[in-house]
Amino acid sequence: MTASLTLVIVAAVLFGTGITVMLERSLTRVLIGFLLVGNGVNLFMFIMAGAPGLAPIHGEGVDPDAISDPLPQAFVLTAIVINLGITAFMLALIYRSWWLAQLGERGDLIVDEDEMAEDAEETADLYRSSEEDDRAVQAVLEASDEDGGRG
Amino acid sequence: MTDALVPLMVLLPLLGAAVALMLGRRQRAQMAVSTAVLAAVAAIAAVLLAQVDASGSGIAVAVGAWPPPFGIVLVVDRLSAIMIIISALMLLGVLVYAVGQGIADQHRETPVSIFHPTYLILSAGVFNAFIAGDLFNLYVGFEILLSASYVLLTLGGTGERIRAGVTYIIVSLVSSLFFLSAIALVYGATGTANIAQLSVRLAQLPQDIQLILHLLLLIAFGIKAAVFPLSFWLPDSYPTAPAPVTAVFAGLLTKVGVYAIIRTETVLFPESDLSTLFLVIGGLTLAVGILGALTQADIKRLLSFTLVSHIGYMIFGIGLASIVGLAATIYYVIHHITVQTTLFLTTGLIERFGGSTSITRLGGLRRASPMLAVLFFVPAMNLGGIPPFSGFLGKVGLFVAGADAAGGPPASETLGTSSPGPEWLIWTVVGIGAATSLVTLYALARFWNLAFWRPKAELEGYRSRIIDSVQEAPAGATVVATRTTPVLMLAATAALVALTLALTVFAGPLFELSGRAAENLRDASVYVSIVFPGGVR
Repeated sequence: MTASLTLVIVAAVLFGTGITVMLERSLTRVLIGFLLVGNGVNLFMFIMAGAPGLAPIHGEGVDPDAISDPLPQAFVLTAIVINLGITAFMLALIYRSWWLAQLGERGDLIVDEDEMAEDAEETADLYRSSEEDDRAVQAVLEASDEDGGRG
Repeated sequence: MTDALVPLMVLLPLLGAAVALMLGRRQRAQMAVSTAVLAAVAAIAAVLLAQVDASGSGIAVAVGAWPPPFGIVLVVDRLSAIMIIISALMLLGVLVYAVGQGIADQHRETPVSIFHPTYLILSAGVFNAFIAGDLFNLYVGFEILLSASYVLLTLGGTGERIRAGVTYIIVSLVSSLFFLSAIALVYGATGTANIAQLSVRLAQLPQDIQLILHLLLLIAFGIKAAVFPLSFWLPDSYPTAPAPVTAVFAGLLTKVGVYAIIRTETVLFPESDLSTLFLVIGGLTLAVGILGALTQADIKRLLSFTLVSHIGYMIFGIGLASIVGLAATIYYVIHHITVQTTLFLTTGLIERFGGSTSITRLGGLRRASPMLAVLFFVPAMNLGGIPPFSGFLGKVGLFVAGADAAGGPPASETLGTSSPGPEWLIWTVVGIGAATSLVTLYALARFWNLAFWRPKAELEGYRSRIIDSVQEAPAGATVVATRTTPVLMLAATAALVALTLALTVFAGPLFELSGRAAENLRDASVYVSIVFPGGVR
């Protein structure tokens, strides 16, 4: 099996930096570390496909030995999708733990009131602006009617 | 015809999850969907078990009709079928319990509609892991169940659960990275991820490379199974989740790891000999886990430590490298899944009745609820290994297998070419196992005495050396107001207790079944011939 030395080095660097960052206490850094190591593993798996070749489409006149191994690529794609889902969950978790650290359990209640006040204001704004809009539209319509009457 | 049933075991829960998600606002329909799906999977697993047991080998289904090793292959043999049927029954029981709890609490504990879909996805992951005939598909199964478990563990997003969830999630992520790297290396070395093909190709590799791959996989599975040096995350993360979630995690998730270890030992690396390592690790898991359980005041933490400890029995059984040992391990896994799930459900009931899970605050429960006392007493004695319960039978089976292995078993009894560890080591671990059983009994009896027998009136100012020697849960036990306990929760728990008793009553046929399942694992060629009836190219 042959493999590109550059890719090996890149994977090694990703592993090294990722693990270092993962050892930090902050959750965000753990996530960044996880992403780096995750990409390192993906690259590592990609290297295992051996030397790159033609697109793995089987057809007439294609030498089966010249195409690259598609299986590791399928593995990597699956792993990327899984990592994406986990990253989304981790971000939600980080946000939630930041929220709890800043405001504590009572944060949920405080925000409910704030949001209600905000909501009420927004609704009021909405009604006000829509009333103004209505009036403006009405005025334009009347003006055009008058124009039409003249024309 | 039955071939089509195999993928259904994964598809049904996934489709059920989608339907349940769409029915988000209609609780009753959601419950009906998830109950029906799990019942269907249990029925399918029963049909498949009957079939593979009669035929003596197994069923392999090539997904999308892509022939192995190119496509994904799903394999059901006796071991898989046993694991799926017991998991499906547990998931069903716990689901009924959770529905009961949800109705009683008006869904305060398990908010919104995501509980049912997530629970079904977790089931799909568990079932997928049990029938995966491909190392990468096993990884996908693990990821499905882990992602669902992250959501279930942090349900509601309280500070306590987020804190516990973070430990669990980071440990699981690391174990997944280990597993994925191991798959990459295995693929690089052999050019395949199909387990049956691997069993042939791995044996052709040089010994040292085999050992590295073997250990990498074992580390990944060991973290999931919570084996001794890799078990510290478990008691810190499980107890904070809602009772039904903890029960499912404790019963099933660690056993998925144990199942993967059994497959690694019997199919992937039957030639490689790590028996001594397994015996040492098993002994340490038993001892360290149970010593941790001794110092806990909180019953949930106590049970989490006994969970870790009793994984040691299974590792010991695998380390014996004999058919009898493996048969006893399979029986013990069945017993442990049932009894541990039941005990955690009972703990949930205790929390509702007594308003706490700490022995320093509980008292007079026997008088308050004789029904609850029975529901706790039976599985507790079972876990402690009192005859005639299945815990006793499983342990005796393991010890007898240990004695056999120590006496130099006949060649027909050993697995592959591996030899059991040194004689003195086996006897030492048997000794630790017996002691662990007694200490488990002591820890549970202590809880029983204080929480059930001690009158509530004595609770105020009660002083005892027992209380001084234990420590509370680090986060401080949360006091939950006593609420009504609906019939549904009691009924679900009672049904599971009845199931643990059935394991005792039908111990003979079950042991024979485990024996036949272990016979299938005697050497890898059985598994290989299921996937490649015509032999591997």
